[in-house]
Amino acid sequence: MSDTALDPFADNPKKRTSLVQGGLNFGQVTEKVCNVIEGNFGKAWWMCLGVSLSMLGLLGISIGYLLWEGVGIWGVNNPVGWGWAIVNFVFWVGIGHAGTLISAILFLLRQNWRTGVNRFAEAMTLMAVACAGIFPGIHIGRVWAAYWMFPLPNQMGLWPNFRSPLLWDMFAVSTYATVSLLFWYVGLIPDLATARDRAKSKIKKIAYGVFALGWTGANRHWQSYERAYATLAALATPLVLSVHTIVSFDFAVANLPGWHTTIFPPYFVAGAVFSGFAMVISLLVPIRKIFKLEDLITMRHLENMNKIILATGTMVGYAYAMEFFIAWYSGVELETFAFVNRAFGAPFGWAYWIMVTCNVITPQLFWFKKIRTSITMMFILSIFVNIGMWFERFVITMTLHRDFMPSSWGGYSPTFWDISTFIGSWGLFLTLLLLFVRFVPMIAIAEVKIVMPESDPHHGEEH
Amino acid sequence: MAHEKVEKVIEEQPYGIVGQYSSPKDVYHAAEKFRDAGFKKFEVYSPFPIHGMDDAMGIKPTKLPWIILLCGLTGLTAGICLSTWSSSETWFGIEGGYKMIISGKPDGFEGIYEFIPVIFETTILLSAFGAVFGMIGLNGLPKLYNPLFKHDPFLKATDDGFFIAVECKDPLYDVKKVKEIFEKSGGDNVTEITD
Repeated sequence: MSDTALDPFADNPKKRTSLVQGGLNFGQVTEKVCNVIEGNFGKAWWMCLGVSLSMLGLLGISIGYLLWEGVGIWGVNNPVGWGWAIVNFVFWVGIGHAGTLISAILFLLRQNWRTGVNRFAEAMTLMAVACAGIFPGIHIGRVWAAYWMFPLPNQMGLWPNFRSPLLWDMFAVSTYATVSLLFWYVGLIPDLATARDRAKSKIKKIAYGVFALGWTGANRHWQSYERAYATLAALATPLVLSVHTIVSFDFAVANLPGWHTTIFPPYFVAGAVFSGFAMVISLLVPIRKIFKLEDLITMRHLENMNKIILATGTMVGYAYAMEFFIAWYSGVELETFAFVNRAFGAPFGWAYWIMVTCNVITPQLFWFKKIRTSITMMFILSIFVNIGMWFERFVITMTLHRDFMPSSWGGYSPTFWDISTFIGSWGLFLTLLLLFVRFVPMIAIAEVKIVMPESDPHHGEEH
Repeated sequence: MAHEKVEKVIEEQPYGIVGQYSSPKDVYHAAEKFRDAGFKKFEVYSPFPIHGMDDAMGIKPTKLPWIILLCGLTGLTAGICLSTWSSSETWFGIEGGYKMIISGKPDGFEGIYEFIPVIFETTILLSAFGAVFGMIGLNGLPKLYNPLFKHDPFLKATDDGFFIAVECKDPLYDVKKVKEIFEKSGGDNVTEITD
């Protein structure tokens, strides 16, 4: 290769494509990121916020009506006791996996390119988990009894069942939400201090100042800070894997053909990472353009994420194939029926093929460098993945409609309120996203500076 | 400190001397000079952690990992006790929670395999609390007032400025000597700061 400066694969890390382009120095990096939160957002932002708030209002109305009337307003029935609410829950939790993967696992693997995108992905995780958290809560029917999920005894001294996957889920998702929030906040402290020190108005100075806790960048502070960050990464890594494993237990522990399989945990985790990265691409592609952050979120970042989408998409495809194979190989009639019915049966066979097309076939186009590095193509393919992954959860949940006995077979169709709740959850996601972009530095300023060669105290010295 | 100075001290207490550097390299070598001169109460301020600075300053590793371990073990124990006690009739000779027989599965300690997810999550949760709140505590945060904030150039410490501040509490503190080291190591904006 003639231009080694642009080779992301060079063995010598010094010759790889620089993670910060455009010859920016430390001050200019600060400037570029802070310009976003200090700049004038104008009408476009307010219009977007108006739309998202309307959608959020729809969520409020949908939940309000649900509380008033009960889960009967949804399409759930017997035997399909889990409908869109659980589909949406798993969809959002899955999206919430990319953030921690980027922050924790890529940190432990010393993948420096994570610094450009980790803050944004972590924020997306928090928003997605907030959306996910709504659904199990409102699905239980009697929302005022939601505290029964907490480890508290009732008036007869009876405790919750600690053997239940649903209780595991409660522990896993709430721990995940808490740890993700802490991880995100710890990463934010130095950047909030930057925002504080640049703030012109008194209100901003106080607001950022309080959240920055009086951070000065003292080396003794950095010492504990770096240790805390690395330990959080090491803790979050098994945590993120455990969360979707436990979400998959919600299904896999049930004694139901099509659900009761050991492949579910790894398959769910791969799917979650897959969908999370796709969502990061879908959001970052327009955002880096709008806020002119191309020097910090470079093509190398996007290409790397597309490679992860390709890898995890292939794993998901493998899992689909293996499920089918084992269903046949097991010789269990009901298992075989469940899978054949998923793919070819009425009335949801079409959903299976949307899932396979969007999750297995189209991501394979990322083998081509041209497509992997094309902004338009990666945007379109990432949207496909988002659609495909929603349908994956739909297909899995809808296994319920064909029970063991044909006499207990049923159907399912979503009602207006199923759809409005889902659209409403997008409203929550987008509202939080718009507020984040407006008020919080969306690129980890301090961390980006560490990966610049000038940050090395021996920079320019001969070894 | 001499007695006659005490009167003034109440109003304007000297804090120390601060100097600015333009690159991680300069501040690194300056820190080495202060360390070699025997200073202990000095601190380097930078917008990002500088690799190897702990050695250049001659400071000991942080105790944070021990705090995290302690918190993690607490979470582990709490998770084990909560899940096994609450589902046993008797638990180590004391009255347990409420024995539940579900799918004929064993209760209490014998059923610990099914409690692993809960135990794992409590361990992780408390370890994470230990890491974050331990870090904040060890660093003496939140501390919204800091004498250095009165020094205007210090605003750059979170942007692209690198600073060293020598506190007057250091036994070797001597204005002339400190300023000399700042000058020799290329320090800029060398200023005395009051509290």
